[in-house]
Amino acid sequence: MTATDSIRYPAGGAEAPPAGSRPARGRRASRRAENRRKWYEIIGLTTPAIAIYVMFVLVPMGFAVYYSLFRWRGVGPPTDFVGFDNYVVAFQDPIFLDALRNNAIIVVGSLVIQGPIALAVALLLNRPFRGRTVFRLLVFVPYVLAEVTVGIMWKLLLTDGGTVDALLRAVGLGSLVRAWLADLDIVIWTLLAVLTWKYVGFAIILLLAGLANVPQELNEAAAIDGASWWQIQRHITLPLLGPTIRIWMFLSMIGSLQVFDVIWVTSVASVRSLGASATMATYMVDNGFFARLWGYGNAVAVILFVISFVAALLFQRFLLRRDIEGAITRRVN
Amino acid sequence: MAATAVVSSPSRRRRPVSWGNPLTYALAFVVAAVSIAPVVYVIIGGFRTTPQIVADPAALPDPWVWDNYRRVLTESDFWRQAFNSLVIALGTTLGVVVLGVCAAYVLARYTFRGREGLYTFFTLGLLFPAGAAILPLYLMLRDLNLTNSYFAVILPQIAFALPLTIVILRPFLAAIPRELEDAASIDGTGRLGFLWLIVLPLSRPALVTVGILSFVTSWNAFLLPLLVLGDVNLHTLPLGVQNFSSQYTSDTAGILAFTSLAMLPALLFFTLAEKQIVGGLQGAVKG
Repeated sequence: MTATDSIRYPAGGAEAPPAGSRPARGRRASRRAENRRKWYEIIGLTTPAIAIYVMFVLVPMGFAVYYSLFRWRGVGPPTDFVGFDNYVVAFQDPIFLDALRNNAIIVVGSLVIQGPIALAVALLLNRPFRGRTVFRLLVFVPYVLAEVTVGIMWKLLLTDGGTVDALLRAVGLGSLVRAWLADLDIVIWTLLAVLTWKYVGFAIILLLAGLANVPQELNEAAAIDGASWWQIQRHITLPLLGPTIRIWMFLSMIGSLQVFDVIWVTSVASVRSLGASATMATYMVDNGFFARLWGYGNAVAVILFVISFVAALLFQRFLLRRDIEGAITRRVN
Repeated sequence: MAATAVVSSPSRRRRPVSWGNPLTYALAFVVAAVSIAPVVYVIIGGFRTTPQIVADPAALPDPWVWDNYRRVLTESDFWRQAFNSLVIALGTTLGVVVLGVCAAYVLARYTFRGREGLYTFFTLGLLFPAGAAILPLYLMLRDLNLTNSYFAVILPQIAFALPLTIVILRPFLAAIPRELEDAASIDGTGRLGFLWLIVLPLSRPALVTVGILSFVTSWNAFLLPLLVLGDVNLHTLPLGVQNFSSQYTSDTAGILAFTSLAMLPALLFFTLAEKQIVGGLQGAVKG
């Protein structure tokens, strides 16, 4: 996203307006004064944002690296230096490895399940028909609800003998009923389903925005040439949606790596502590904040950060780069 | 160019919108039902009693009872938590918009060495998983004696929201014609006056968009308040919903009512501001 802005930023008011026909020295002096003024303004306007951003985003991350090298219960300054032990312990803890696996399931599962669903729904809701606006609005509802509300809601719906079970029995699928949130082999898939319900609307919003930018003329030209609706989607719409799809994949991946709220609220602590429904973020908060293993928790934070950051960079490097080129060529057309 | 253009509908044909074919409607109804059925269930469930729910989880209220909603509104901490959520969300929104506009204005309309570097510096925040730094952030706030205050949530949330805000605002501010600035300067208005008198009024749509995005994000936030607001009196609605549901596990009907009331503001807000939220998300993607 960073480099995609191909807009030309104007030179702004930085250069002083010509100051009539003053002697050269005076002009240079006033130029310098003007230049100083400009810098005062730049510094004055950006400092608050930079300060708060550095203080609450960057500095804590630095501290995380530092704390992660200690065994520390959070009282007084850390003194018990253990080097990289915390990291070693994390990668030897089967629960943490489960959390890693669960994050992988959520990353891949979200992409593989939400992508096709979102694409189908977006294509559907992109067709011109009366009442379309209302349907669009309804599809976005889950995305706007707070994660906690969604979590509590599904927890109630999925309890043993709850609504989901009752519905399954009512339609004769009673044999499918499971302990959705307690069965250690199933809980992560249940959570994946809840996450899908919650976030697929986001993918749909983005894809609808992308579809809005596909020039109508192309579709019409293809239709005149006798292409069917399916052929138009397959050969015109989809390729043009490429950049939007890749950006959604990027955002979805980053979100899945950090997922916390829905997992935390929906799944029971005991199931989480066995690893069945833990993610890196819940593992970090469980161990660091609640078990007060601050050094260890911070090591997990650094691992989570490094994994997310590397994934983001790789994604940018290999997939988003093409979109930057695409953006430029599209501008030429 | 970012946020405004994309909201318009894709089909600009003048033809009146036709009725779609039955299959389209059938599919659209299924999709809509899957999206909102659980929400409707929760709201309606709030009108039942717990014994009713236990006896048949998937039935309609019989009879309808208002007692759950009445209890939540009169006997629980709902109002105080809603107030806390509101204060924090408003504080966050104000901070994000003010700091974001100032920084984005400089990045959009000043030429200086290191400008692109500064922009990249901010956009790095988009790659940066804010949640990862939550533990050291908590420790820092604790050492600064900031925990258990509104600021403990507001200040970090402003910091988290700044990158996206700047990415959305910068192209918007840059697109304001240079001629306006020249005209202002001929009239004796400096760059700061130009920002205040011309840029702010002109960029109101973009400001509303980033404002709404940060408001909704703050309203829904859970992890940061969970760690830094130990004081029950400062709890926000998401914490309240979570507490209520773990405190009164057997009171299913009460939980349903509380959950419904907690999501009502978000639903109302969304219906009113759908264009801005969607536009903002789209603008964010286009950068």
